Amino acid sequence: MSDQSRIDIQNVTKTFGGINAVSEVDLSIEGGAYCCMIGPSGCGKTTLLRMIAGHETPTSGTISIGGQDVTSLKTGSRGTALMFQNYALFPHLTITDNVAFSLKVRGQSADARREAAREMLDRVQLLHLANRVPSELSGGQQQRVALARALITNPKVLLLDEPLSALDEFLRLRMRVELKRLQSDLGITFVHVTHTQPEAIALADQVVVMDHGVIEQAASPREIYNKPHSPYVARFMGGQNVLGGTVERVSDNTAIALSPDGTRYDLPDANDVKPGDKVRFSVRRDRISLADKAQDASNSAFGQVTNIEYQGTFVKVSLDTGQREEFIAYVDDEEYFAAPKEVGQKVYATWKPHLNHLLRGTNDSAGMPHE
Amino acid sequence: MSGSSSGSSSSATPYLQVAPLALIMIAMVGIPLATVVLLSFWESDGILIYPTYNLQNYIDVLTSPVTLSLFLKTLKFASITLIFTAVIGFTCSYFLVFHVRNLRWQIALFLLCTIPFWTSNIIRMVSWIPFLGREGLFNTLLIEAGIISQPLDVLLFSDFSVILTYIHLYTLFMIVPIFNSMAKINPNLIEAARDAGASSFQILRYIIIPLSKTGLALGTIFVVTLVMGDFFAVRVMSGGQSASVVSAMKNEIDQLYYPQASAMAVLLVIVVLIMVSAVLRIVDIRSELAR
Repeated sequence: MSDQSRIDIQNVTKTFGGINAVSEVDLSIEGGAYCCMIGPSGCGKTTLLRMIAGHETPTSGTISIGGQDVTSLKTGSRGTALMFQNYALFPHLTITDNVAFSLKVRGQSADARREAAREMLDRVQLLHLANRVPSELSGGQQQRVALARALITNPKVLLLDEPLSALDEFLRLRMRVELKRLQSDLGITFVHVTHTQPEAIALADQVVVMDHGVIEQAASPREIYNKPHSPYVARFMGGQNVLGGTVERVSDNTAIALSPDGTRYDLPDANDVKPGDKVRFSVRRDRISLADKAQDASNSAFGQVTNIEYQGTFVKVSLDTGQREEFIAYVDDEEYFAAPKEVGQKVYATWKPHLNHLLRGTNDSAGMPHE
Repeated sequence: MSGSSSGSSSSATPYLQVAPLALIMIAMVGIPLATVVLLSFWESDGILIYPTYNLQNYIDVLTSPVTLSLFLKTLKFASITLIFTAVIGFTCSYFLVFHVRNLRWQIALFLLCTIPFWTSNIIRMVSWIPFLGREGLFNTLLIEAGIISQPLDVLLFSDFSVILTYIHLYTLFMIVPIFNSMAKINPNLIEAARDAGASSFQILRYIIIPLSKTGLALGTIFVVTLVMGDFFAVRVMSGGQSASVVSAMKNEIDQLYYPQASAMAVLLVIVVLIMVSAVLRIVDIRSELAR
């Protein structure tokens, strides 16, 4: 299955009225992978998804599925199925007929297709509602009908357009688990568009972060989270502080950067920068300790506590360090309550030098991280 | 309990709210209809009307072969008009909703459809005469183009011209409700159908037509009741050669046979009511409108 459901996107551009919704995108999605595309609204992720589905034709470039060029192939005949954001269930048909619809247009007999639809409904645990119409179902049930309808043709690729955004928090978490389970059962490629970071991190084998029609980074969730490519990815995915400075010198693969407030930072794996370069780097918020006194002048931040939020397993402490961005530390709750802080207090935030991660990408936009 | 707050004000409130409309309907529809029903049991000799109660008028109407042919003729007009207005109305609405995606253009073209309504029915009807007549524009055109040698008589003062006029007059009553129900179809549904592999024709048949049937039903009710109740178009456009139920009624009224005309009117109301309830039985308009 895996080679058949591999997706290759080569140099794809889509222009709407002179504006590039997607520009020169290259992306390969392994067959049988769970791929999440993430980015703020208008970043081109849905357009890319719709081009894979065949609802939009690329202005230039090619899209192949399983090695076959499907760029101009009709939707419905390229082995993809799209699950719509608002489910797009046919309001005048029972859910059995909704699920059986694609078999109906392929000319299967009423008995055969209803039987197949009932099997699929059983799979999503909705068989007892088989004769209802969509408006009599809850949001979560409608979503499962949409899923069953998409899967009934045994697609090679399932495309999901923000599938969980219309559900409440509780259902969202439950459906997330179900989607992942279904994907590993079926072994087909899932491409899932979302704007929720935890969803992407939790589900995906491959996360594709987009902004302004280009792919900022496509990698495993762990890599995206630990080694963001650009300040934008670091901010958008959340959990990172983005800092900046000018390179003073480079020695032994390590660059020393001097920040505007005079602090020095050691940037590992940075032999590709030169003294005088302006650089940005990130450090994970949960790897930071807070101290009342300075221990080491380098790899630290000094600021005034502006906000403290208890989060259960950790405490979120926001600092005003005089920079444009606020500096946030996630402190382990035991560690924090051993030495609690107060709003207004001045504290030092310190971390180990190897935690600094140089951001090589140039996209410096703010992103909109969901905490 | 504050008396001024809404919920507990009075159980009479809903009745007061419908009272104005109810009064108008009783005065303008209920009383005249009751009068017609009452009159249909009376007798007339063409000079005087006698208030007796018998079924003679109904027996006369129902046993007369003319009545049957009149009803059949009217039903024929209604059904042919219905087919054409439904096809035209559906096509126009389809074009407006699914091809003219731009709302501004949609509104502009929709207004264009209503232009004939800026003038009166009679003018619109009569203006066909110079176009379709023996010496009219269309015949002259065909003769000059060498397509025919004799003018076509069938064009005017015939069933053809009557039906043409009906279609012209009533198509908009089909376009408006169909447009309304089509515009409510979520474009995602069409994409979902396409994604499932449906062809354009299958989308039309399985998605668009079923979801437009409320509009089709409402339009059908409008067109059928309008054609069934017409006498003027049939009189003018058939040149008196064709008759409908209502034009026969008009003749009886002209001869002061009011009770006979009333009996015919009651029959017509019953026939139209049966047709409308048949339509309502097929399409649950109330639940569809609430959707």
